[in-house]
Amino acid sequence: MGMTITEKILAAHAGKKTVSPGELIEAKLDLVLGNDITAPIAIKEFRELGLKKVFDKKKIVLVADHFTPNKDIQSAEQVKLLRDFSREFGIIHFYDTGRVGVEHALLPELGLVGPGMCVIGADSHTCTYGALGAFSTGVGSTDMAAAMATGKTWFKVPESMKFIFNGKLNQYVTGKDLILHTIGDIGVDGALYKAMEFTGSTISGLSIEGRLTMANMAIEAGGKNGIFKTDKKTIQYSSERSNKNYKVYESDKDAVYAEIREYDTTKIEPLVAFPHLPEKTKPARGSGVKIDQVVIGSCTNGRIEDLRLAAKILKGKKAHKDIRLIVIPATQAVYAQAMKEGLFDIFLRAEAAISTPTCGPCLGGHMGILAKGERCVATTNRNFVGRMGHPGSEVYLANPAVAAASAVAGKIVHPDEIK
Amino acid sequence: MKSTGKVWKFGNDINTDEIIPARYLNVSDPKELAKHCMEDADPDFIKKISAGDIIVAGKNFGCGSSREHAPIAIKSANISCVLAESFARIFYRNCLNMGLPILEAPEAAKEIKEGNTIEINFDNGEITDKTTGKVYKAKPFPPFMQDLIAKGGLMNKIRSELSL
Ligand code: SF4
Repeated sequence: MGMTITEKILAAHAGKKTVSPGELIEAKLDLVLGNDITAPIAIKEFRELGLKKVFDKKKIVLVADHFTPNKDIQSAEQVKLLRDFSREFGIIHFYDTGRVGVEHALLPELGLVGPGMCVIGADSHTCTYGALGAFSTGVGSTDMAAAMATGKTWFKVPESMKFIFNGKLNQYVTGKDLILHTIGDIGVDGALYKAMEFTGSTISGLSIEGRLTMANMAIEAGGKNGIFKTDKKTIQYSSERSNKNYKVYESDKDAVYAEIREYDTTKIEPLVAFPHLPEKTKPARGSGVKIDQVVIGSCTNGRIEDLRLAAKILKGKKAHKDIRLIVIPATQAVYAQAMKEGLFDIFLRAEAAISTPTCGPCLGGHMGILAKGERCVATTNRNFVGRMGHPGSEVYLANPAVAAASAVAGKIVHPDEIK
Repeated sequence: MKSTGKVWKFGNDINTDEIIPARYLNVSDPKELAKHCMEDADPDFIKKISAGDIIVAGKNFGCGSSREHAPIAIKSANISCVLAESFARIFYRNCLNMGLPILEAPEAAKEIKEGNTIEINFDNGEITDKTTGKVYKAKPFPPFMQDLIAKGGLMNKIRSELSL
C-alpha cells in the first residue's frame, strides 16, 4: 500500500519503513519552535527537569514576536525569560526586536525549515512550513518543553485529505482565497486531526509565498498539517537560503486518502471571511460592509509579495478618511525590501501607519486594537470573537488586494470596485 | 477517578481566544489566568461557577491558538472536566499533557442540559446525568494516552524515561 508525503516523513523520523493513519509513533524532531507567549511556560517546565543542556542548541528557535517591541512590563519580563534561557543554554536561534520577524514568515526566510523536515512549534500556525514540503505542526508548551529535553515527540499519524486545484486564477485571486474557499467548503473542523495535502496545476503555478499562506491556514480547518509537493520552486527557494541537504518525499500514486476534493479555480473569486469564523466566506464583490480599520501583515500575508500586491492597489490613492490603515511587514528583511522597492512611499502617501515587524494586532496584542463595535479587514488568519480587541468588535479576513481596496473605499469591496 | 459537578454549556467551535483572550497573555500565572476563564464566551462565567463544575460543549472545543494558557485557565478555575462532542487537536493534546481530564462524548454533550448535575467515571468512561438519570458512554482513551495520564502527564513521563 502506498503512503502519502506526510506518512513518509513521519515514518522516516520514527525510524520505520511504513506507518499508517491512527498509529501512535515517537518521532525525532529537526526543529523545535516557541514564541514569547508559549516559550515562557515551556522554559519553566524544562527548568523543572533540572537538565544541564537542551537536546541540540542549534535546533531550538525562540522568536519574540507577539508582544514585541515589548508592549508593557509584563511582556518585557516574558521576553527576558527567553533571552536569559538562550544565553544560559547557548540557543543560537533567538530573535528579538530589530532582528525579529513573525515566526512563520521568519523561519522559511532564514532557511531554518525545508523539505522533508519534521518540525513542531508551540504555536498553532507552525503548519505553515508544509508549504516547503516539511511535516510541521503546532503543539503546546508542555510538548515544547519535553521536545527541548529529548528531541522527540509523540504523534498520532493523521489520515490525509487531498485538495486538487485546477484552472487559471481570476484577477486578484491569491493563495489566501484558495484556502478561504477550502475552509468555507469543509468548515472549521472539516479537516480535524487530518493532514491537508494541496495539489493540482494551479498549485504548481503558485509562488512559494502563496503556498505558505495556504499551509498557514490549514489549522483553521482543524488540520494537523498542510503539505505541498516539493518542486523546482521549493528547491530554488530552499537552496537560496540554506545549504542543508533536504530530503524530498512524494506521495505514492496508490496512497490512501480519507477524502479527495477537486476545485475549479476559475469559479473562485476574491473572498472575505465574515465574523466570527474563517469558514464564513462570501465574495468580496458587492459586500459593502462599512469598516474602521485595515491591517495588512501577519504570518499569513505579511511577506513581500503581499506588500507588493497591496501597494499596486494603493498606488496614487489614499485610504478613506474614516479608515485607519496599518501595514506590518512580517520580517526585517521584508521591511528592508519593501523600503528599497519604494512601497513605503506608496503606503505613506496612502496615509498608512507602517509598523516594525510584530504580531501586534493580529491577536489583539497591541498596535491597532479595536474598540467596541469597530470592524476591521485584516489579511490575518483568525476572526474569532475579540481576536483584535473588544469582544464586541469584528474582524473580516481577506487577501492584501481586497484589504487595500477596502481601505480606499472605506467598506469591503472587490479591487475592481475602486477603479 | 470520578468527578461530580454542575454543567455549564457552550456551543460549537469555542476557541482559545474565548477561553482566555490574548489581552491577558502577557502573564502566565495560573491564578491570574483563571480570573478571565471563558470571559469572551460568557463574561460572568467565573462569578457563576463553583469548584468541581463541568464544562459541556459542542464540536471542535478549544480550536485556535496553541496556547496552554487555555487549559491552565480552565484547570485553575477548578473546572473538574470538559466534555465535548469533539476537541481541536492541539487543545486535546495540551489537556492530556497537563492532566486536565477531557472526554469526547457526542451524545452526552448534545443532550445534557445546563444546570444539570452529572457524574463522570474516568475509569470506565461512564457519564451519569444525575438530574435525568440517563447514563452515557464516552470514547475510552487509547492505551498510550492512559499511560500518559497514569504517569501524571508528559513531563512526569519524560522524567521517568530520562530517569531524573
Ligand atoms: S501573526 Fe498572528 S497568527 Fe501569525 S504567529 Fe503572530 S499572532 Fe499568530
